[in-house]
Amino acid sequence: MFKIFLSIVKRDLKLSYKQGNTSLNIVIYFFLSVSLFPLGVGPETELLSKIGPGIVWVSALFSSVLSLDKIFQADFEDGSLEIFNLTAIPLEFLVLAKALAYWLTSGLLLVILCPIFGLILSMSSKSILYLTITMLLGTPTLILVGSIGASLTVGLKRGSMLISLLILPLYIPILIFGVSAIDASINDVSAKPQLLLLGSLLCFSLVLSPIASAAGLRINME
Amino acid sequence: MLENRLDIRNYMKKLHKLANPGKFYRLSEKILPWSNLLAISLCALGLYLGLFIAPPDYQQGESVRIIYVHVPAATLASFVYAIMAVASAISFIWKNPLGNFIAKSAAPIGAVFTIIAIITGALWGKPTWGTWWIWDARLTSVLILFFLYLGYIAIWQVFEDQNKAAKAAAIIAIVGAINLPIIRFSVDWWNTLHQGASIIRLDGPSIHQDILIPLIFMWLGFLSYLISLLIIRIQSEITLQKIRAIQILISEQK
Repeated sequence: MFKIFLSIVKRDLKLSYKQGNTSLNIVIYFFLSVSLFPLGVGPETELLSKIGPGIVWVSALFSSVLSLDKIFQADFEDGSLEIFNLTAIPLEFLVLAKALAYWLTSGLLLVILCPIFGLILSMSSKSILYLTITMLLGTPTLILVGSIGASLTVGLKRGSMLISLLILPLYIPILIFGVSAIDASINDVSAKPQLLLLGSLLCFSLVLSPIASAAGLRINME
Repeated sequence: MLENRLDIRNYMKKLHKLANPGKFYRLSEKILPWSNLLAISLCALGLYLGLFIAPPDYQQGESVRIIYVHVPAATLASFVYAIMAVASAISFIWKNPLGNFIAKSAAPIGAVFTIIAIITGALWGKPTWGTWWIWDARLTSVLILFFLYLGYIAIWQVFEDQNKAAKAAAIIAIVGAINLPIIRFSVDWWNTLHQGASIIRLDGPSIHQDILIPLIFMWLGFLSYLISLLIIRIQSEITLQKIRAIQILISEQK
């Protein structure tokens, strides 16, 4: 079972490597939207370091929601999903593997780039550290929750707008705990409760969202 | 011709047996006049008591009268979401079409109650708090509730196949219902961190009965109104479904 899981992950990684630029586009979009904020609110370093965590987090939400409709689409269109559905492997399993592969090609890149964004927005080294930790805990949850929306809209032509409407309200807790952990570290308060809550949201979505996503995919394959 | 009619009738019988929308239809026909009557009389009584008899509040003045609309709308806004989520779960698990009809009919009503609560809250907030909107925990979570309603309604719009739409909407309603407590908790948490200016709250002296009695009448009136609206919308959904079934049947026989 685990072998199959790994092979699905490997397949998706290979595909995204061969097809190239989707994950690069996400990173460029993320980078662009973060660098637009200083142009919008002014270059004062004090202000930027204060709102920096929020800027990075909101940009991460938008960039993940904009690209998520692609997660199942290729497999849905070329029929691989149908074949997966016919095999003995549960669809929930496939969702989890695809989410992991997707995170490795997009979410992880964002996490790695976080320190650079922190420096651009003149955040302190401590808050950059917490920004990276919260993104590391938060981005998998974003993808898992987002996969529910992606699975429901996979067969639709104008699905990407609907995904934002369905998923962004569900992202609010992740955003709040992520940003407030960084705020706590800036104010020299323990950020442990927020980090624990982020972790619990991750565990929660790790268990529940594959079930919902698989149900969504089944509806679209009927 | 006669055969066709018999066929349709048989089909309808099956449709009735398949689930109990038919039974619901007959039952709701009996309830509807009563709930209409209750809605009109309770709201009229509540409005009369609230607007003419009840005294103005010693702190808020005349603007307290807004709560006779605001409080029932706000409480029913989340109540309707609960109805929607339960009906969706029932329809998803037991494949019961009636649950779909209920959830689909409830969503726009809930969205409108939410928007009424937000608008009346803003109108009340301006004279009382001095601002139309603050990012208070309760206000924010009501706004998020409104977005959840919009997402749910949108999913019915984009699917062409109504059976698929029903299932997808049911999933989104259930996911939303699981998330709602988490969102509520996170927004409360966020608000205590961002504690801003102090807010005058209603909780000082508990509400005086001169205000409470009209409020209860209004609340029951709103509830009856909700029942009437739900019944009318569900009946039209059932009728629509029947028309579709007949259309399919006729086109098959041609």
